Amino acid sequence: MFMQPWIETLRDELVGDLYRFSPELAACTGIIVLLLLRLFSALNRFHLGAVALLFCTLSLILSVGQWQTEVNAAAHVSRTEIFFTGLLAYDKLAIFLRIFLYGSTALVIWLSMLTGIPDREDSADFYSLLLGATVGMSIMASANHLLMVFIGVEMASLPSYALAGFLKGRRQSSEAALKYVVYGGGASGIMLYGISLLAGKFGTAYLPDVALGYAAVLKADPSAAGWVLSFDPILLLGTLFVLVGIGFKLAAVPFHFWCPDVFEGASAEVAGFLSVASKGAALALLARFLLVLAGLAGAMPDREAWLKMAHYLVPALAIFAAITATFGNLAAYYQTNLKRLLAYSTIAHAGYMMMGLATLTPEGAGAVLFYLIAYLLMNLGAFAVVAFLRNLTGSEELDSYRGLIQRSPIMVLTLGCFLFSLVGIPPLVGFAAKFQIFRVIFDAAKIYSGNAPGLSSMMYGLLLIGGLNTVISLVYYVRVIKVMALDRLLENVEDREPVPLPTPAGSAIYASLLALAVFVLGILWDPLARASDRGVDRFHPVSVGPSALSSSSQSHPPRQDELGGQVPPVRPRTVPRGQGK
Amino acid sequence: MDVNSEWDLVLMSLVIFVPSIAALVLLFIPKGKEEWMRWVSLFGTAITLMLSLWMFIDYRSDVSEANRAIPTNGTLSVRALGADEKQHNVQASGLSGSDWVARRTWIERFNIDYYVGVDGISMPLILLTTAITFLAMIASWNIQRFVRGYCMLFLVLETGMLGTFIALDFFLFYIFWEVMLLPMYFLIGVWGGPRREYAAIKFFLYTLLGSVFILIALLGFYFTDVRDFDPRAKPDEPRNTFDLVVLQRVGSAAAEFLNGKPPEKVIQEYGTEEVINNPERLKQAVDRLVHAGPFSFFTQSFQYTMFLLLFIGFAIKVPVFPFHTWLPDAHVEAPTPISMILAGVLLKMGGYGILRIAYPICPLAAEGLAWYLALFGVINIVYGAFAAMAQTDFKKLVAYSSISHMGYVILGIAVWKAGGLSQYWSWGMNGAMFQMIAHGITSAGMFFLVGVIYDRAHHRNLDNFRGLYEPMPLYGGISAIIFFGAMGLPGLCGFVGEFMVVLATWYYSPVFAILAALTVVLTAAYILWTLQRVYLGQNPAYKDYPDIDLRELTCAVPLVVLAVFLGVFPNALLAWMEPDVTGLVNSLSRLFTALR
Repeated sequence: MFMQPWIETLRDELVGDLYRFSPELAACTGIIVLLLLRLFSALNRFHLGAVALLFCTLSLILSVGQWQTEVNAAAHVSRTEIFFTGLLAYDKLAIFLRIFLYGSTALVIWLSMLTGIPDREDSADFYSLLLGATVGMSIMASANHLLMVFIGVEMASLPSYALAGFLKGRRQSSEAALKYVVYGGGASGIMLYGISLLAGKFGTAYLPDVALGYAAVLKADPSAAGWVLSFDPILLLGTLFVLVGIGFKLAAVPFHFWCPDVFEGASAEVAGFLSVASKGAALALLARFLLVLAGLAGAMPDREAWLKMAHYLVPALAIFAAITATFGNLAAYYQTNLKRLLAYSTIAHAGYMMMGLATLTPEGAGAVLFYLIAYLLMNLGAFAVVAFLRNLTGSEELDSYRGLIQRSPIMVLTLGCFLFSLVGIPPLVGFAAKFQIFRVIFDAAKIYSGNAPGLSSMMYGLLLIGGLNTVISLVYYVRVIKVMALDRLLENVEDREPVPLPTPAGSAIYASLLALAVFVLGILWDPLARASDRGVDRFHPVSVGPSALSSSSQSHPPRQDELGGQVPPVRPRTVPRGQGK
Repeated sequence: MDVNSEWDLVLMSLVIFVPSIAALVLLFIPKGKEEWMRWVSLFGTAITLMLSLWMFIDYRSDVSEANRAIPTNGTLSVRALGADEKQHNVQASGLSGSDWVARRTWIERFNIDYYVGVDGISMPLILLTTAITFLAMIASWNIQRFVRGYCMLFLVLETGMLGTFIALDFFLFYIFWEVMLLPMYFLIGVWGGPRREYAAIKFFLYTLLGSVFILIALLGFYFTDVRDFDPRAKPDEPRNTFDLVVLQRVGSAAAEFLNGKPPEKVIQEYGTEEVINNPERLKQAVDRLVHAGPFSFFTQSFQYTMFLLLFIGFAIKVPVFPFHTWLPDAHVEAPTPISMILAGVLLKMGGYGILRIAYPICPLAAEGLAWYLALFGVINIVYGAFAAMAQTDFKKLVAYSSISHMGYVILGIAVWKAGGLSQYWSWGMNGAMFQMIAHGITSAGMFFLVGVIYDRAHHRNLDNFRGLYEPMPLYGGISAIIFFGAMGLPGLCGFVGEFMVVLATWYYSPVFAILAALTVVLTAAYILWTLQRVYLGQNPAYKDYPDIDLRELTCAVPLVVLAVFLGVFPNALLAWMEPDVTGLVNSLSRLFTALR
């Protein structure tokens, strides 16, 4: 009976909700079509990558369309920001992430068509898994309800396990899949436990309501600085456990152990997909979780709750981020397998992005969105070149890259471009991304300096650690470059002509296009920076004090609720929540 | 865009990017045509040299002549302000193409502009860069491996160097600064000597560390709200900027404010016209200045921290004593032309950065730490000279002599004298600038000359040479002039800068001056000893060495001519460099005059 209003809203809004869900629906259609095609043995002779690419591109186009609609929507029209009765969020953050996810999946499909993993027979399975994982990640990115968080994580994880073990014949691959499953299962269990604790505490798992509950608890907390553990242990554990689940998907230290093994065991294509898409979805989920909890998503920003929350979350996140980045960079130093090296590099980059989120400001999340796009291009590019070279030389060990520049200059040039972008050397996009992360950290240091000097100095510390990490990371990236470009081939030592590698044109074009994007976006990053700002503009920019406005708010488009009273503020639909239990 | 009205923008951009365009052209030359690639690169550098000379001539007629009429009007900031005003007001009637400051929006989201300009401080260094690069390209003719890659990296490096000198936006400056890094790494790492990889990565790591320091300072400046000082700001919004000219103005304001000048007066002096003329906004601006917060631009701790970050960042490039260890390695392993560029141009980036960025933006800290800077300068001079004397590797000797000579630059910049004595400091600054140019010429020459004998003898061990003068008299003569120039013999270019610096130092601290002057003896000792070991005497092993050939002569003779010309007629450079340098000195020393 009390379900009635819910069901009514669901019915009324179904068409609109289905439109909002259309990219996922397109991808699901793709999965079904692929599985149906699998039934016809005659079709086994065809590679089904094109079909998957078609549906993925369709999802991408639909997402871009949604983005355009949202961006062009007049400021005074109140937008619906949730759908399916609030289980999923429909805001620019979610749409941005969809574009990112379907874009990266499309790139991975294209890559896999070029490299021939999977073969024709398995292609239907492979691509349905890939699309399934993408749909799960998209749900992760838009989850607005703790249950959906869990479902999204599981939907993304299960196909990923299978993908990691897709090279059935290889022992390493099966080992990787098993490791992934065991770790993933453990992490999911912990996360589910955390969710149950939170839901039990607040009587709801609807994220905005959970946030209100947090705010109430925090405000009741007498210690102004929040450092004293008068905070509810159930709440603390619940939050921590949810963060553990997300941290596992992010491969944040100390939940990173699966990452290098899985990446080494899985094919480079899958590793590229997992490192980019999976991480992107987890970061978006973390960003949404944090910003909503900090009270920045409601109709009115709750500064007090935000500041109190910051006292708990910022130190924890900052320390995790700093350790993750530092550990990733230091551990990468000793790797001789390129996929393992890149695995540790992805851990380090997750650390940089967590630094952006550790500011607990929407600007930080915006910088992370920019970083994600940059990371997609440079990291997927790096994995792609590794996959191409595996096809050419049959090896992924660093030793096999020796003197490669004489054998396949185009691969070396593009890989060099990706690696230097990962270091963050201008004028490549990695620098623009890292610059923005550092910028928001600095900004946050300023914001916190008024109310929380401790957090402010923590931010300065984070800035320093980020800078030093950049220098450390240089060593191992450049080592790869050095082996490829500077070390001499055996043939040179023996005074023979080096054997050129017959690089296929498709691979060369793929790598060059990504490298070109890395370069062009490194120079003209204004549009992307604006888009990533828009991606988080539903969250309230943080500013403290009367005059010290947060400095980046200046170029924000005027928010609808700042235009004066004539605009009705965005509110969740008036549906009773928390009664479903 | 109307080319005539924006002639300065066009020309400056061409100077920066013509080398890169030439690098792109190289991509399309078929494999196996190495000779073509060399010629295209040479033409690329030659065209850049021509364009920079053209720019110089235009600049002189447009700006320097005006400077002479009104001596204090020469500083860059005045022109920059004028340019902004023109862009603001005279949008319809077109912009002036003759103020040599130009701006285009680049990344609007962060107020980053493609903002370029030249003045008497950057112009000589631009000319030095284009000239040395051109000569180094001639010296690159005997590079045999991977010619296309070499030439492309070489040309990209030139773009980076020129961009660094021309940029007036700190972000743009930083981009170009970093653009130099990669080509240099590969040029040392691929085409260098036996320990090239070690040297290349050491160079890379040191420089990147310095860059990170600069990056942090850059962010620190960016987060200053400059709305009361930036004429382009909107009154009711905070404004962040990378505009070096604006940041310099804010830096001056901060110094005056922290020196105890009443905040109203500070705003009245440095604020925008809007702020000054509007009492209410003036009040707000004063309020913002006074309540700027704990770690804001207008605090002593901020000024000192940022200055130290910048100074370390630039000092690594100079290199200043404890950060110098990458230099000898890099020089020894780098191929000859790259050594020429490294010593001739890259080291000057550090000095230029200190002059252009660290000093004007953080004058308070610069003044407060002047003594320590001077001390570092003296340590550099003395340490470099002693270390040079102990070397047996010819290239290493030249590398350490570079460290010693760059010490004069630091010393000349550091001898801060305010008030009536500021003219002595301005000698020091002018001396430092002159020394940078002179050292660019002589050190590039020395490295080239070392390269010439290395090509013949295939070793650089000073103790194994002897009697080179006999088979190679012309080469010996050229070497003598260049080496004496480096030594600081009167009549050659090295003398002028060192003399001015030592003179200025005397008024700052006689002890430093005596130490710096005494080092001239050490310099003379190691240079004469080197000449003696390498050229004098007889050595049958080298009897049939061919003398310096035509290509090598084309490279060496211009350097000799420049060394002599600047030594005999220093005013050819000082005349148009001095107003800007002195303007900088005056604008800085003025900040501290009222109080002392």
